[in-house]
Amino acid sequence: MKPARNRVRLACILMLICISAIVANAYAEEQTEQVIKVTAKKFEYSPNEIRIKKGIPVVLEFTSLDRIHGFTIPDLDGMRATIEPGKVTRVRLVVPKAGTYDFHCDIFCGDGHEGMAGKIIVE
Amino acid sequence: MRINRRDFLKLAGIGGAVFVLGPHNLAGAATKGKSQGDFFFLQLSDTHWGFNDPKINPFATTTLKTAIAAVNSLETQPDFIIFTGDLTHTTDDAKERRKRMGEVRDIINELKVKNIKLMAGEHDAGLDNGEAYQEFFGKTHYTFDHKGVHFIVVDNVSDPTSSIGDPQLQWLSDTLKPLDKDSRIVVLTHRPLFNLYPQWDWWTRDGAKAIDLLTPYKNVTVFYGHIHQEHHHMTGQIPHHAAKGMMLPLPAPGSVPKRVPIAWDPAEPYKGLGYRSIEAKGEKEYSLTEFPIKKG
Ligand SMILES: [Cu+2]
Ligand SMILES: [Fe+2]
Repeated sequence: MKPARNRVRLACILMLICISAIVANAYAEEQTEQVIKVTAKKFEYSPNEIRIKKGIPVVLEFTSLDRIHGFTIPDLDGMRATIEPGKVTRVRLVVPKAGTYDFHCDIFCGDGHEGMAGKIIVE
Repeated sequence: MRINRRDFLKLAGIGGAVFVLGPHNLAGAATKGKSQGDFFFLQLSDTHWGFNDPKINPFATTTLKTAIAAVNSLETQPDFIIFTGDLTHTTDDAKERRKRMGEVRDIINELKVKNIKLMAGEHDAGLDNGEAYQEFFGKTHYTFDHKGVHFIVVDNVSDPTSSIGDPQLQWLSDTLKPLDKDSRIVVLTHRPLFNLYPQWDWWTRDGAKAIDLLTPYKNVTVFYGHIHQEHHHMTGQIPHHAAKGMMLPLPAPGSVPKRVPIAWDPAEPYKGLGYRSIEAKGEKEYSLTEFPIKKG
């Protein structure tokens, strides 16, 4: 009689199924999440107007073409990121409410820094 | 335009600070009701030496000199003059940055008053963590005492992320510790310590920590620059007063979609530019007077 061992084996199998389901899920999510590439350089983002759908996650993929820049959306809990040259900076975004959200560079980057801004339009 | 002091206090619900708005006779303001310890100083801000855009300021190379001539002609000279940052307009060229600093230093030297206190703005210090600024003008955070008032200069610009940083916050805490809770304290910063308008970077990322350190003190007033316009705000019992700039006026926070300078109006030259006098009166009052660039 080995009911105990059987139970353990069953638990293990169940756990494995669960884990692979989670991994598969995450993988699927990554596959389907919309990726928007954004470049930053003195003193602009391109694109500087980004349209997304409310409640649908997107990934902003930033690269800098010159120096270190920042990215922040004060109206979304002040969420921010540092964009370093030679690196890809990913920011995952889910905005539950439609509207226009301004973003700007929050790392002083020179004569024109004040105008380095854009908006995310959530529809 | 003069707002009656009592009316103003009622309006603003402010105990400590008195603002007297509009240009008038500084000599008169400075001598009236003078008692022991009373004095006045000037706040000049955001001179942005090196800025060049004739649509915004066609007199960019003479505006500061014009203001200095006006200051020098004041009947009563201030005890000292504080420049609250952005002495120079920023440039990527480190050599040019130093040239601008040398030039603005020479122009400032034309002031009759020799007790001059300087501060950095992000245009001076944000691209090189204050290296060039310190070569020319020394420390970016420091204290000085004047006739019983403790002045504390806080640097929220050398770090390009608009932060004071923990080491300096510790220094601020250590500086405040020995002071009595009712000491008369003036804090001078370039950026607002509070969240005036983070959408335009008009804030200090860790400014709330500084305000927390200051809040136990009953008699603190903050003067700052950066936003190139007059602005008055209270956090708890602490008044925060922004000064006009002396090169390019900026729009009111959030009043327009983009934080771009206001164009020069030939009908009203130097509109939106100016400086202020701050008279320390009695136990804890400050009387603020705003001056245009040009006299008369
Ligand atoms: Cu500034
Ligand atoms: Fe400025």
